[in-house]
Amino acid sequence: MRAVVTVTGTDRRGIIAKVSCFLAERNVNIEDISQTILGDKFAMIMMVDTSESKEDLASLSKDCEEMGRAIGMSVRIQHEDIFNAMHNI
Amino acid sequence: MFSKFDVLETIDMIEREHLDIRTVTMGISLLPCVRESAELTARAVYDRVTKKAERLVETADALSAEYGIPIVNKRVSVTPVSLVTAAFPERSALVGKALDRAARELGIDFLGGYSALVHKGTADYEKTFLETIPEVLAETERLCSSVNVGSSRSGINMDAVRQMGEIVLKTARLTANEDGKGCAKLVVFCNAVEDNPFMAGAFHGVGEADTVVNVGVSGPGVVQHALKAVPDADLTDAAETIKRTAFKITRAGQLIAKEAANRLGARFGIVDLSLAPTPARGDSVAHILEELGLEVVGCHGTTAALAMLNDAVKKGGVMASSRVGGLSGAFIPVSEDIGMIESAEAGRIGLDKLEAMTCVCSVGLDMIAIPGDTPASTVSAIIADEAAIGMINNKTTAVRVIPAVGKKVGDQVSFGGLLGRAPVMPVHTGDAGKFIGRGGLIPAPIHSFKN
Repeated sequence: MRAVVTVTGTDRRGIIAKVSCFLAERNVNIEDISQTILGDKFAMIMMVDTSESKEDLASLSKDCEEMGRAIGMSVRIQHEDIFNAMHNI
Repeated sequence: MFSKFDVLETIDMIEREHLDIRTVTMGISLLPCVRESAELTARAVYDRVTKKAERLVETADALSAEYGIPIVNKRVSVTPVSLVTAAFPERSALVGKALDRAARELGIDFLGGYSALVHKGTADYEKTFLETIPEVLAETERLCSSVNVGSSRSGINMDAVRQMGEIVLKTARLTANEDGKGCAKLVVFCNAVEDNPFMAGAFHGVGEADTVVNVGVSGPGVVQHALKAVPDADLTDAAETIKRTAFKITRAGQLIAKEAANRLGARFGIVDLSLAPTPARGDSVAHILEELGLEVVGCHGTTAALAMLNDAVKKGGVMASSRVGGLSGAFIPVSEDIGMIESAEAGRIGLDKLEAMTCVCSVGLDMIAIPGDTPASTVSAIIADEAAIGMINNKTTAVRVIPAVGKKVGDQVSFGGLLGRAPVMPVHTGDAGKFIGRGGLIPAPIHSFKN
């Protein structure tokens, strides 16, 4: 299943490293990655594949939230369909 | 495919602009629960509701986590209870209390359907049922009640209107220690819809399938934010902006509704496109109207702005969902909208303007505190006026007023949570007692004859 990981917050060193490491530990494969910096705001968007992960999306989502709190960023993982639904006809 | 800007826009809507799914409401038919006694019926009702909806909360929570969008309320609506207890109406409270226990067991905040449909006439069993409403609302916590007193096809049942004025007052008196909170759970409708997911007016119509999932979306904050980005647009472009935003909001609702129905083994009912405010700042329908250029909600121009907003929300939403229903428009409850509360406290919006606004948006005079010494005939007359607007304009209208016992204009009532707070607003003091006392049926309007 494809999902979207978003990381937003104040830019600092090592964010990509921490998030990719977290995803690798859970067997979540990163397919695409892009980032933008708007002022001092950092936004990273990853397309990921969760089909090999042992955790379901709901628990991955809780883990992401906790990890985000630990690194002082907002980290979310969401089923891609929410974006497909809202932005495609 | 979507772009990274689309992703960030959605995240912003959720994190900063209060985008959420306001309610996932499961409609459950109670008709298979009718038994030979009130006790057996109450037990059957409790068993059916707790069984059918046992996974409602966990399913909604899982969907919320997976799609990353908050689902604020999980609720249940049931067949109007007056139909289920028709053989023993004086004991309807037993079923009402069983439903309240079921709601607590399920972990949901409200359950709607302690209701009666009396728009063309009140049967004896319905008259008795209506009399049970005040006590039941006083003795239950999560049960909501609604009564349909008129329709465009049948006219307005003025006997029921008269009775409901008394029932609203009695409910206020019996729940006076909670500022009349019982009245916040009691709605009097004209043209009630059978698939409304929003409380307090939700019930499961007899024309519905056995078990359905209806979803109410929200997002006043998202619409306000979108309008902020086009401060100098003319109203055609502003309407277009609202439409586009409503489309996106509704698509999220459609996705959740279909998935929830699928996982719960129920039929996908409808998506209700209503913009439902909360007392939180940044979640106000009044502030959308002010964003359009009004100094304060309630000033001249408010009705026009609301008409445009309501229509644009519908147009965007209809395109986004395969099944639209419920009330689908903007809600204007006074106590549940921070912009409304502030305007009412400053004396800049009154009952007359609110009544005019109900001509062009969904629902009606909603969550309005009125003086505790308002006579029953005046409450009935307020209901009659709203019902007339609904009947003539082929739309749903409703009255949910809270007579504030022992309080006068300028005092405040407070319910906490989503129900909010409201200043007591003045009502006209001229006496409508003779008019209301006439009873009978206001005949259906000429344009109802469409066959």
